[in-house]
Amino acid sequence: MSEIAEKVKAIIIDKLGVEESEVTPEASFTNDLGADSLDTVELIMEFEKEFNVSIPDDQAENIATVGQAVSYLEEHAK
Amino acid sequence: MELKRVVVTGLGALTPLGNTVAEYWNGLVNGVSGAAPITRFDASKFKTQFACEVKGYDPENYFERKEARKMDLFSQFAMVAADEAVADSKLTEGNYDPDRVGVIWGSGIGGLRTFQEECVNFANGDGTPRFNPFFIPKMIADISAGHISMKHGFRGPNFVTVSACASATNAIIDSFNYIRLGMADVVVTGGSEAAVTEAGIGGFNALKALSERNDSPETASRPFDKDRDGFVLGEGAGALILEEYEHAKARGAKIYAEIIGGGMSADAYHMTAPHPEGLGALNVMKNVLRDANISPDQVDYINVHGTSTPLGDISEVKAIQSVFGDHAYKLNIGSTKSMTGHLLGAAGAIEAIASIMAVRNNIVPPTINHFTDDDSFDSRLNFTFNKAQEREVNVAMSNTFGFGGHNTSVIFRQLND
Repeated sequence: MSEIAEKVKAIIIDKLGVEESEVTPEASFTNDLGADSLDTVELIMEFEKEFNVSIPDDQAENIATVGQAVSYLEEHAK
Repeated sequence: MELKRVVVTGLGALTPLGNTVAEYWNGLVNGVSGAAPITRFDASKFKTQFACEVKGYDPENYFERKEARKMDLFSQFAMVAADEAVADSKLTEGNYDPDRVGVIWGSGIGGLRTFQEECVNFANGDGTPRFNPFFIPKMIADISAGHISMKHGFRGPNFVTVSACASATNAIIDSFNYIRLGMADVVVTGGSEAAVTEAGIGGFNALKALSERNDSPETASRPFDKDRDGFVLGEGAGALILEEYEHAKARGAKIYAEIIGGGMSADAYHMTAPHPEGLGALNVMKNVLRDANISPDQVDYINVHGTSTPLGDISEVKAIQSVFGDHAYKLNIGSTKSMTGHLLGAAGAIEAIASIMAVRNNIVPPTINHFTDDDSFDSRLNFTFNKAQEREVNVAMSNTFGFGGHNTSVIFRQLND
């Protein structure tokens, strides 16, 4: 697993209070990991902070799973 | 229309003296001080470096970590105290209609730490707004009532009262009114506060409201003592279940006491100083006695606002003497703030609980830390100094006054049919 993927996983475990085993690439924040709309906004903000990127709202809407977050950040992280 | 009777059927407390009602009452009766050096932040540069904090509180004992993270401490305190009160009342599915159970909570400030931290984060950044999506819902004072309703599914009237240090008493009075008007069967009421933060201590220090007796925190809160020098900031929560009497009887609920009156008034005088003659305090005690339909000589115990400030203590006692005349010498006056410190918007809740427990146990908790008499006070008054007193307490009055000149008072009485 990439360094980015590890960090993403750690943030999700911390913010959503889920078990490590649940954080699979296919896992959806809202459907599988119990996030509500505010949790999702907070996750995106944490990714922005951790990876020093700015994720525009229209792109944030497309980040719904762990895997989508990892690929977005692998592409955009500085 | 005939007003319904309202009784107290459950209590919950998370206080500087103990984290349950039993521990709290035990601390009160034994004259324990809840004051100690501040642990919630580094207070070494502050004029006041101590407070009455809740002790041994670990959110993980009460909440899942994810849940706790979304609640400011004042909401966590609210939830813990309300849970204890609900469990104590034995309200269980089937013995109440959830649409007829309200939550009317009090908080003077709300999520002060949340507000402070979010603003500090912004100020430390480059101007890009990165506010947490939970900032507003964590901070707003009314979220406490919202959380309690969500946890228990109580879908009746739901809001929070804000009147500084009178907040919780306003919440209790509103709850009493809605039930006696027939608009709810049960209301979870009380108040919570968690203002022991840099902004809280610094702000009250700037007002010169706090004691600065850093060399002896446990004796700093000394209402009615000649050398009192301000109040000691406290934190925590108190919760009461108020219930319509017939509803409580029908489900065989334990009844602590009856609430028989609520009074409110305003000083209309100054932002923070009390009226020098205690005009608002005098009016609120007259109002509550009239509402309760009892005469002054029926009152056995007044749990006073008594914050240990030089001016406030004097004006309240003046008002008591005007309202009660010679009976003022026969009743017990007591300030439990000498032990708990001042819980601001939660003060009225934990002091209502002290009053109710006094009625239930026929014990008046002491006003501790009395060392030197102050000539400003009539020596014939009984301030219950230093040691709890056993006496019959049929009727107890609880006063709370807030910055802004808000005055509130409630009366509890032993239940007699």
